[in-house]
Amino acid sequence: MPGITREEVAHLARLARLELKPEELDHFAGQLDDIIGAVARVSEVADQDVPPTSHPLPLTNVMRADEVRPSLTPEQALSGAPAQEQQRFKVPQILGEEQ
Amino acid sequence: MTTTIDLVSYEDALASYDPVMGLEVHVELGTNTKMFCGCSTALGAEPNTQTCPTCLGMPGALPVVNATGVESAIRIGLALNCEIAEWCRFARKNYFYPDMPKNFQTSQYDEPIAFNGYLDVQLEDGETFRVEIERAHMEEDTGKSLHVGGATGRIHGASHSLLDYNRAGIPLIEIVTKPITGAGERAPEVARAYVRELRELIRALGVSEARMEQGQMRCDVNLSLMPKGAERFGTRSETKNVNSLRSVERAARFEIQRHAAVLSSGGTIVQETRHFHEDTGSTTSGRVKEEAEDYRYFPEPDLVPVAPSREWVEEIRASLPELPLARRNRLREEWGVSGTDMQAILNAGALELIVQTIEAGADATSARKWWMGELARSANEAGVAPDRLAITPAQVARVSELVAKGELNDKLARQVIEGVLAGEGTPDEVVDRRGLKVVSDEGALGAAVDEAIAGNPGVADKIRGGKVAAAGALVGAVMKATRGQADAARVKELILEKLGVTEG
Repeated sequence: MPGITREEVAHLARLARLELKPEELDHFAGQLDDIIGAVARVSEVADQDVPPTSHPLPLTNVMRADEVRPSLTPEQALSGAPAQEQQRFKVPQILGEEQ
Repeated sequence: MTTTIDLVSYEDALASYDPVMGLEVHVELGTNTKMFCGCSTALGAEPNTQTCPTCLGMPGALPVVNATGVESAIRIGLALNCEIAEWCRFARKNYFYPDMPKNFQTSQYDEPIAFNGYLDVQLEDGETFRVEIERAHMEEDTGKSLHVGGATGRIHGASHSLLDYNRAGIPLIEIVTKPITGAGERAPEVARAYVRELRELIRALGVSEARMEQGQMRCDVNLSLMPKGAERFGTRSETKNVNSLRSVERAARFEIQRHAAVLSSGGTIVQETRHFHEDTGSTTSGRVKEEAEDYRYFPEPDLVPVAPSREWVEEIRASLPELPLARRNRLREEWGVSGTDMQAILNAGALELIVQTIEAGADATSARKWWMGELARSANEAGVAPDRLAITPAQVARVSELVAKGELNDKLARQVIEGVLAGEGTPDEVVDRRGLKVVSDEGALGAAVDEAIAGNPGVADKIRGGKVAAAGALVGAVMKATRGQADAARVKELILEKLGVTEG
């Protein structure tokens, strides 16, 4: 069963901002195919009476009141940043367009 | 880098094509806290002082939905005549961009909380146009970027960027229309009227101040053209972040002219995002849609579904205020003004001020007269909205009361208002300090009238001879002598009385 193509892996890699070599594309295509195939077996046993499940717990409407809680200090917030400037997170030049 | 964009005239474009629009409006809710964490949403804070592990996307941090955010979304949905989902989920919209530290935006995908509604909007001439609503869904705002090193603070040419995540996670409601067809040449006007009506609605609901100039409300304009009579929509462009009512109209108009030029010369429209430029009223190319539009949405595992009970929804429905269009129609009848007058009042930003002035005791006619006359002019000259003027509705009501009592005439009242605007105090203080009182002392007035008659014997004769209209000249003389502080109608009465003439 031909599943994941080389082109699809290349597309995924681009979306994930991963640089893959040509031989890696083939390699991962095969691996991803195996993974998808394994997961697909679930649908063999799930019949019409089993709805697709995104949340295993039967919970809804978990909400909190609109009350302010203490935030981190800017020092704490920025403590893990590789670079900072003007109390802001510093990031390299952005090449793409805004989303 | 400048590229000239070919345009055809608006009239020619509309002669050959029908525009189809889709409007996406983002509204920042006025909640105290963010959508998924308890960080404050207060504006103007120092950078990165309103963040926590959740809105910074730290591993292991768990979001919890803001109940007021959900309630606001339902309020908006109900006011837009939408159905409210019985069960819906959040979804992750995945993309790499530093404005979201999580590398995804928590949004809703195919299960919006509100769907299938409409909003009636009123055009300049009072005609009503129904805009169908596709959906309204909950999501969160992104952080703010500061681009450093470029010439104009823009992303192009910048050496690096700085991120402030105070805004990341502030609740947003995105409201999406169905394709708006059949508006023809009025499409840009419909776009503007829709965004304005939506803004009024959001404010009336009390869920946001919806100030466009502060980015609390932003509009994306999708537009395509199809040949007249065609049924299949053309390829659209999406002009992003159009941030004023005027710009919404201009962006739609510009895109109509641009699309028509491309299509009529045999070209094809590229599906892309575009940027609107306030200074020129034009748009320029952004990113091509096919390249980037793959957000790999999936249900958000860290948030459980939202299933608003029907009881809650009905409770919220029962608490909705009178909606703006219905209220305007009611006030229009109460005040006895035309649709066009009402539109002018709305355009001037004077509606609430007039309502408050009437509530403070003024009659509708004088409240409207002051806010649409003297005060509208002052606001215009100062380049501010009338609600920013240094006079309150209660003070305007006091001035109008003094006029009604005969203590001020129109001319003096204008001087009182001028004094209040200049910071000289309350209307009563200005009256005292400037000595602005109608001369109601009949003796003093009588003497001034006698003097005017004596000084203008020719005019007096004409009046005696039945030419009542000539009395105007004598009234003018008396007003001059009393420095405007007389009641002109009373002066005229006195003149005619003294000359033994009756009007009629």
